[in-house]
Amino acid sequence: MAELALSTVRTRRRALPAGIAVPAIVVALYVVAAIAGPMLLGFDPVATSLANRLKPPMSVLADGSLSLLGTDAVGRDLLAQMLAGARISLTVGAATLLLASLIGVALGVAAGYWGGWIDAILMRVADIQLGFPSILLAVLVAAVVGPSLTNVVLVLAVTRWVVFARVARAQTLSVKARTFVDASRTLGASDLHIIVNCILPALVAPILVVATVQFGLVIVAEASLSFLGLGLPVGIPTWGGTISAGRNYLANAWWISTMPGIALSILVICVGILGDTLRDRLDPNLVTR
Amino acid sequence: MPAYLLGRLGSALLVVLGAATIVFLAMRAIPGDPAVVMLGVSATPEQVAALRMRWGLDAPLPVQYVNFLARMAVLDFGQSIRLGMPAAEAVAQTLPYTVYLALAAFVMALLAGFPLGIYSALRRGKAADRTVSLLSLAGQSLPSFWVGIMLVLLLSRTLHLLPSGGAGTPEAVLLPAVTLALPLLSVIVRLVRSGLLEAMGEPYIQTARAKGLNERRVIGVHGVRNMLIPVVTVVGLELGTLLGGAVIVETVFAWPGLGRLLIDSIAARDYAVVQASVVMLVVFFVAINIVVDLLYGVLDPRVRVDG
Repeated sequence: MAELALSTVRTRRRALPAGIAVPAIVVALYVVAAIAGPMLLGFDPVATSLANRLKPPMSVLADGSLSLLGTDAVGRDLLAQMLAGARISLTVGAATLLLASLIGVALGVAAGYWGGWIDAILMRVADIQLGFPSILLAVLVAAVVGPSLTNVVLVLAVTRWVVFARVARAQTLSVKARTFVDASRTLGASDLHIIVNCILPALVAPILVVATVQFGLVIVAEASLSFLGLGLPVGIPTWGGTISAGRNYLANAWWISTMPGIALSILVICVGILGDTLRDRLDPNLVTR
Repeated sequence: MPAYLLGRLGSALLVVLGAATIVFLAMRAIPGDPAVVMLGVSATPEQVAALRMRWGLDAPLPVQYVNFLARMAVLDFGQSIRLGMPAAEAVAQTLPYTVYLALAAFVMALLAGFPLGIYSALRRGKAADRTVSLLSLAGQSLPSFWVGIMLVLLLSRTLHLLPSGGAGTPEAVLLPAVTLALPLLSVIVRLVRSGLLEAMGEPYIQTARAKGLNERRVIGVHGVRNMLIPVVTVVGLELGTLLGGAVIVETVFAWPGLGRLLIDSIAARDYAVVQASVVMLVVFFVAINIVVDLLYGVLDPRVRVDG
């Protein structure tokens, strides 16, 4: 009887819903493509080939090779450019989230745990920052610091840490009031011990959900900044930059702007579905904004 | 009410002050003499010296900060080096275009979002509901600059139905407004759907049905009215995202609004206009939030604050 119950539980745990499995596989494919793609199909940002200019998808190039997604205005292969762009997008997304979540969780836990002036200042800053559109802040800071990979990550982390801080603070406040925390304290546990062993474990699930939702937003924000010419320097292939460059050729080479956009869209939609499903499963009441 | 409104205005002022501080610090963070930065490299030493005098750039930073705020209060943001007019005037010329575009997008999002959301909720779990839900997820996450370019590719370049940019003809607003409306529309659909589903589970809906009201009135009066309250709050907050989105959409469609002015001014290092447009966008955004707050009280008598 007990064995039967156990096996039911196991199968229920093993059956991953399609809302997680399908988008997770797609995102994993992007990661593999971003790592392995540029090795298989190298992209040289300065190489030009006049003979191969503006070739539509599925054309055979001058050297006899097949260009799956066509070429751009100076004859560079679009697929190779997009694979190199995928590497940039995913790197920026991951680095930004890592930085934003570290800062956000550290400050949010400190504010929630100790309260007082840290909390007052932090929440005020958060209110002010959420008081205006994040893209505006990103545009302003990006304009000042200038284009580079590090700067884009810094700029986007500055616009995102607040979300992590708010969730971490709220979660810390609710965990702090639980009896097992009181019990630990009674047994003589230090603040550090309580934060590491009681509070941080409770933060993992909500922060994971926030990070998933934010991942899509960060990647779109990076593409938007690159599109506006405020993201990465010219010469580094990005989806946003390629889409922007293709605008001049909409009349005779539709694929340049279209293809990177489709790649970007599929990725952010999958990340969106993943985020929604995770949120519904882990914590329906979580505010991820 | 006056006390509540005063508090609300106070925190709004704090947000504007925060934005102004960020702008001030950002302008000082740009390497080089702010006067040279403001006037551009072609300025004569006399012009630079005159501006340094006028803006007191030799004074210590805190004094400069106070002066900066004082000038901002009378809308003196300096002279645009690119347009040859006061920065405040450049902003005043483009602001109406942004307001017009944002309003058009807002109306579109409301007109399409509410019916779609209600429809989706009433067909919960059916194929139509799933389609609407997936589309709204897509609409919310797709990059708007790319959506804009695709609309241009399809409707202007290929079908020649609508102009690809500018604001020359009355129908020119359609493509940028649709692009700008899409994320907000998707948010409204999702909120209306979940809000109505939640409201329909409340006891007063049972009461309404039990007393023999027809289903149309149950949904229309009891369901929708109660669903409105949370929706209005979030829609109000999302209005600000319209302003952020306008920065990108205006660039895609060469729409002569405040967002495009900002991006063009950044590219031309026209920092007086950058300051002015950022501060004005934030003021605009904060003003919308106050209006939404007041509207909240009108819709939901329970939160009306008596003074």
